[in-house]
Amino acid sequence: MSRRSSTRRKALMTVLAWAVGLLLFFPILWTVLTSFKTEAVAIADPPVWFNFDWTLENYATVQERSNYGRHFWNSVVVSVGSTLLGVIIAVPAAWAMAFVPGKRTRDILMWMLSTKMLPPVGVLIPIYLIFRNLGLLDTRIGLVIVLMLINLPIIVWMLYTYFKEIPGEILEASRMDGAGLREEILYVLTPMAVPGIASTLLLNVILAWNEAFWTLNLTAAKAAPLTAFIASYSSPEGLFYAKLSAASTMAIAPIMILGWFSQKQLVRGLTFGAVK
Amino acid sequence: MNKLTRALLGATATCALAAAAHAETLTIATVNNGDMIRMQGLTEDFTASHPDIELEWVTLEENVLRQRVTTDIATKGGQYDVMTIGNYEVPIWAKQGWLVPLTDMGDDYDANDLLPAIAGGLSVDGTLYAAPFYGESAMVMYRKDLVEKAGVTISDASTWAEIKAAAEAMTDKDAGVYGICLRGKAGWGENMAFISAMANSYGARWFDMDWKPEFTGPEWTAALTDYLDLMTNYGPPGASSNGFNENLALFQQGKCGMWIDATVAASFVTDPKDSTVADSVGFAQFPAKDGMDNRGHWLWSWNLAVPAGTKNEEAAKAFVAWATSKHYTEIVAEEEGWRAAPPGTRTSLYENSDYQAAAPFAEMTLNSINAVDTSAPSVKEIPYTGAQFVSIPEFQGIGTAVGQQFSAALAGTVSGEQALQSAQALTEREMRKSGYIK
Repeated sequence: MSRRSSTRRKALMTVLAWAVGLLLFFPILWTVLTSFKTEAVAIADPPVWFNFDWTLENYATVQERSNYGRHFWNSVVVSVGSTLLGVIIAVPAAWAMAFVPGKRTRDILMWMLSTKMLPPVGVLIPIYLIFRNLGLLDTRIGLVIVLMLINLPIIVWMLYTYFKEIPGEILEASRMDGAGLREEILYVLTPMAVPGIASTLLLNVILAWNEAFWTLNLTAAKAAPLTAFIASYSSPEGLFYAKLSAASTMAIAPIMILGWFSQKQLVRGLTFGAVK
Repeated sequence: MNKLTRALLGATATCALAAAAHAETLTIATVNNGDMIRMQGLTEDFTASHPDIELEWVTLEENVLRQRVTTDIATKGGQYDVMTIGNYEVPIWAKQGWLVPLTDMGDDYDANDLLPAIAGGLSVDGTLYAAPFYGESAMVMYRKDLVEKAGVTISDASTWAEIKAAAEAMTDKDAGVYGICLRGKAGWGENMAFISAMANSYGARWFDMDWKPEFTGPEWTAALTDYLDLMTNYGPPGASSNGFNENLALFQQGKCGMWIDATVAASFVTDPKDSTVADSVGFAQFPAKDGMDNRGHWLWSWNLAVPAGTKNEEAAKAFVAWATSKHYTEIVAEEEGWRAAPPGTRTSLYENSDYQAAAPFAEMTLNSINAVDTSAPSVKEIPYTGAQFVSIPEFQGIGTAVGQQFSAALAGTVSGEQALQSAQALTEREMRKSGYIK
C-alpha cells in the first residue's frame, strides 16, 4: 500500500517536474520555431505549430545584415573577462569574510548586496560621464569593468557561502604545516571549493552574457555584444518577429549549449552543502 | 638588407599615416524599420562616390535608440556622427544647441522640395536642423469589401459619425471580425499618439494658455468617451495591450473592418506577401467631428541629424544629404520599385506618375500630411507646438503616465471619468513641478 502510494507520488512529481520544465522552456521553443517561419506565418492566428514550410531565409537575412561574429566575440570577451576579474577579486574577499569574520562582516555583505537593489538607470548619467572622461565608452574593457562591478556582490556572496562550508580546521592544519596565506587560498581552499567556484563562474558568465542595460547603453558600434544584436531586430513599427526570433536564437544558442554541457557542474555547485 | 628593410618600413608607415589621415568613419545610429534597413543595403552608392568615408551602423529598437542617443547628446558623449531622431526631439534639441544646422546641403539638394508641413516641424526660426528620411500622418484604412457588404459609406473626408456607424455595421464577433482596431497600449508614442490626435479633432487641447491641462473639460471628456465606446463595443478583445504591430497583424489577417493609424501602415496592409486583405483596402482622411474642420494633426517623421561637436561634421552632412536626396529615392525605385520609395518627405515624389501608379495610398498620404499644422493642432489657442504630441521635454513622461490611465480605462479597471481626473491631477502636478504653472 505504502509502496503503491510512494510510486504514485513519484509519478506525480515526475509529471509535475516535466510540466514545469516544459512551461519554462516553452518561450525558447516558440522562439526557435518562429525563426523558421515566414513573417506572415509568424503572426498567423490561430498559431501554426509545426505544419508550415520551414525556411532558413530569416537566418540568411540576419547573417547578411549583421556582423554576428563581432557581436559574438564581444559577448565572449565581456562575459568571461568580467567573471574572471570578479572571481580574482572576490576569492580573497570571501575568504576574509568566511574565515576571519569581523563585527561588521554581515553588515558589509548586506551592504554589498544592497547595491543590486538600485535601479541601474539611476546611475546611468554619472557612469556615462565617467566612461566618457576615461575614454571607456564603446570599449570592451569598459564593459568588463562595469559588468564585473555589478556582478561582484553575487560572486562574493556565492563564494562566501561555499567557503563557510569548508571546515576551518583544515585551513588551520595547512597553516601548521607552514602554508602562508597565498598557499592556503591557492592550494588548500580553492581546490576544495572547485564545484562552488565553477558554478559561480558559470552563473556569472550567464548573467553577464544576458545583461542588457549597460551593454546597450555604454556601447555603439565597436564593443556591442549580442544583446545589441538582438535589439537591432526589434521594432514597434513593422512585423519582424521571424527575423527577431532568428537573431534571438543565434544569440542564446552559445550560452544554452554551454549551460547544457555544464549542467551537472552547475547543479552540483548550486546545491553544494545544501544537505549538510 | 638593412636599407631595404628601413625603406619598406618607411613606406608602410607612410601608407598607414596617409590612410589614417584620410579615412573617416561615420557612426550612424538608426532605428529598425523597413526603410532604414533598405538604406543600409544601398549605401554602396554613397561609399562609391565618397571612398574616403566608411560607415558603421548602430541599429536599435525605437525606444532603446531614443534613450541611447538622448544620453549621448545630453552628455556630449560623441559616440555618433549621424543620429536618427523624431520630429518630437528636433526642435527641443535644436533650441539647446545640440544639432548642427543643415543650411549648406549642396547644390542638388533642393530643400524647397521638402514637404512644408514636414520641414516646418524640423526647423527652428526658419533653419532646418534635421533632414527628413520618411514622414507620416494618420489616416483611416478600411476593408472595402466589408464596407460594401455592410451597406455603409466612408467618405474620403471621413467623420467620426461615419466611423461609428461603419464600425457597428461591420462588427461580426462570431466571425472574429471587429469593426474598428485602435491603439490601446500605454505610451506617449502608442495610445497617446492616437488619443491626442482624436482629441485634437474634437477641439480639445492639452494645455490652456497658462499651461493648465484641460482633461476635465468637455472636449477631452467627449473624445475619451467616444474612444472607449468605439473600442468596448466594436473593438477586438484585449485591446488595451494593442499597439501598432498588434493592430497591423489583426488587420492583415482580416480581423479589423477599420484601422486608424500611421499612413506608413498603408504599404504593409497592401503588400500581398504579408497581408491577406491586400486587394481590398480603402483609405480615408483622419476623421473630423461633425461641424469641426480639424483632422487630428498627426505628424511623425524619422530624420537624420548631425550632433554638434562631431569630429566628422562635413562627412556627416554629405551622408545626410545623400540619404534624404531625390537621387536616393531614384536608387530605391531602381532597385526595389517605386512602391518602396521612402514616403512623406518630398513634393516631387508625389508628382511622379510612376509613384502614383505604384502606391495607391500616395494621394491620401499626401493629403493627410498637408492637412497638418504643427503650430495649431487644436482649434483653440495653444502655448505649444506639436501634433499628436506636445513639443516640450516633459511630454514623454507625462504622456506615458496619462496613457496608462487611459489604457486602464480601456481595460475596464477604472472609469473614463476617473482616468480623466487622474490625468488632470498628475499632469497639473508635473507641470507645476517643472515650473510651467506658477
